[in-house]
Amino acid sequence: MARARTPRSILPGFGISLGFTVAYLGLIVLVPLSAAFLRAAGMSLHDFVAAVTSPRVVAAYRLSFGASFAAGLVNMAFGLVVAWVLVRYSFPGKRLIDALVDLPFALPTAVAGIALTSLYSPGGWVGRFLEPMGLRVAFTWTGVFVALTFIGLPFVVRTVQPVLQDLEPEIEEAASTLGASRMQVVTRVLLPELAPSLLTGFALAFARALGEYGSVVFISGNMPMKTEIVPFLIITKLEQYDYGGATAIAVVMLVSSFILLLFINLLQKWSRRSHAI
Amino acid sequence: MSIEAHGITKAFGAFAALNGVDVNVPKGKLVALLGPSGSGKTTLLRIIAGLEFPDPGSGRVLFHGEDVTDLPAGKRRVGFVFQHYALFRHMTVFENVAFGLRVRRHRDRPSREGIAERVHHLLQLVQLEGLAGRYPSQLSGGQRQRVALARALAVEPKVLLLDEPFGALDARVRKDLRRWLRRFHDEIHITTIFVTHDQEEALEIADQVVIMNQGRVEQVGTPQEVYDRPATPFVYQFLGNVNVLRAPALAVALAQTGHGAEQNPDGLIYVRPHDIELTPHDAGGDGLSAVVRHIHAAGPQARVLLEQIQSREHVEVEISRSELSDLGLKVNDLVRIRLRMAHSFEEDYAI
Repeated sequence: MARARTPRSILPGFGISLGFTVAYLGLIVLVPLSAAFLRAAGMSLHDFVAAVTSPRVVAAYRLSFGASFAAGLVNMAFGLVVAWVLVRYSFPGKRLIDALVDLPFALPTAVAGIALTSLYSPGGWVGRFLEPMGLRVAFTWTGVFVALTFIGLPFVVRTVQPVLQDLEPEIEEAASTLGASRMQVVTRVLLPELAPSLLTGFALAFARALGEYGSVVFISGNMPMKTEIVPFLIITKLEQYDYGGATAIAVVMLVSSFILLLFINLLQKWSRRSHAI
Repeated sequence: MSIEAHGITKAFGAFAALNGVDVNVPKGKLVALLGPSGSGKTTLLRIIAGLEFPDPGSGRVLFHGEDVTDLPAGKRRVGFVFQHYALFRHMTVFENVAFGLRVRRHRDRPSREGIAERVHHLLQLVQLEGLAGRYPSQLSGGQRQRVALARALAVEPKVLLLDEPFGALDARVRKDLRRWLRRFHDEIHITTIFVTHDQEEALEIADQVVIMNQGRVEQVGTPQEVYDRPATPFVYQFLGNVNVLRAPALAVALAQTGHGAEQNPDGLIYVRPHDIELTPHDAGGDGLSAVVRHIHAAGPQARVLLEQIQSREHVEVEISRSELSDLGLKVNDLVRIRLRMAHSFEEDYAI
């Protein structure tokens, strides 16, 4: 009976490929994650709530989500500019810049963290000029934000670039023959076309920033209530053998990230509505 | 509104796309820019549209006698239709057509109802009323092209410019759509230029054909003029099949029969396959003797490949199938050929 309900498809292997996908995702993603849930399920509700609502933990959530979101937004804007320049213009050194974009992917995050810290610390190359202007970067919220922006850049560039490449310049010409100003071409024609890929890039950069540890712990200073990110807090709990507390924080982090990413996916689906047939 | 382009030159690096081109399009006419790829026809159209600019100091573009050379595309009031439609994929058909009205400054912008009314009127004009809510990806090629046309017309352009408008469509749709364009033009009478590399298309629907080659205008005229009286060997060859024959033997024959072409013993004779008459050899009379080498009788017309006895040149002849059966031709038969209409050109003419 079940067979009769499946419409005939010329794409073979749906059953086997879906089976593989589910099994693979289960093994690689779901099993480790559910271990965290199981561990947290061992706590009483009271302990769980107490563990995840202590002021120190809430402050860490605020920092992690806030800085990651801000970094994602900044990357969305500047990643678009970088992708635009790389696609639309040709200039000497273009290949070099193109390769440079991927560097934050390849660099061990600890190296990035140490490099950023030494740059932005009060005596560092950049920090020394910012300090007199009253701008402190290292060991503040700003430092966390800078590190997260650094590691998130490639995501937006690499998702927007191919879409931009496929966008025919003719649609811009068409818009301008119809009397649209340059600004109207950007806001009414280009950005809507790029929105799905921009959102994907943002979601990836944001998710990456949430989980980032290596580059942040050096530049943030990890002061409780001030510059302590969630992943660092989890490590701290683990070092204190507070496994329950650590997993409780992790579970809340997981669920809220999942909801956020799901929301971004829906937003993306909505912005892509015209491509559905 | 009439369009004039004077002395337009445009180079892309070392490649000269246009070389001192003059074109004059009278008001309300449908004009074809016809030429092979690389002849500069699209570049010329883009210069007229303001999407490209002529080389500094080289020439002017005039609309209705008014110099628009330095005006950007958005200010020229042109409707431009691209070969690959260039529709906005994220907008519905309705929004695509309304775009040109929505981007106007507030005081020039029609009301919401005014826009809706105009869009629906245009969709009616291009016979797409029911599809206002669809996205371009849900339409066929022919429908997309008509949306592009409606979008271009929405801003009430003074001229309509079409760049290979049917180039991306399949043969059947292309034929339907070009006849539709002709009827459509007869209804709205907007000065229109369209670019094509398809001579059949240009000859069928244009009022006037501008034939271009290597950045120059070869000939301008009505379809009949350019077909019957090609000005250059290039035009002759571009507009359909042609036999190119060395002169001396034929010149003698032509002189005898007193047909066509000015006499030019050193030139080449150009003659279309359907302008050659075949008569049985034993009936005598004038004309050149030739041997039938091949007969191709599938299709509406029969094609006979002959070898001329004196010069050993091959000649292709097109005759009706009833004529063929009347003649009862077989391979290796002898026939006489006469040229009904032919032109001769100097041999050193570059083709």
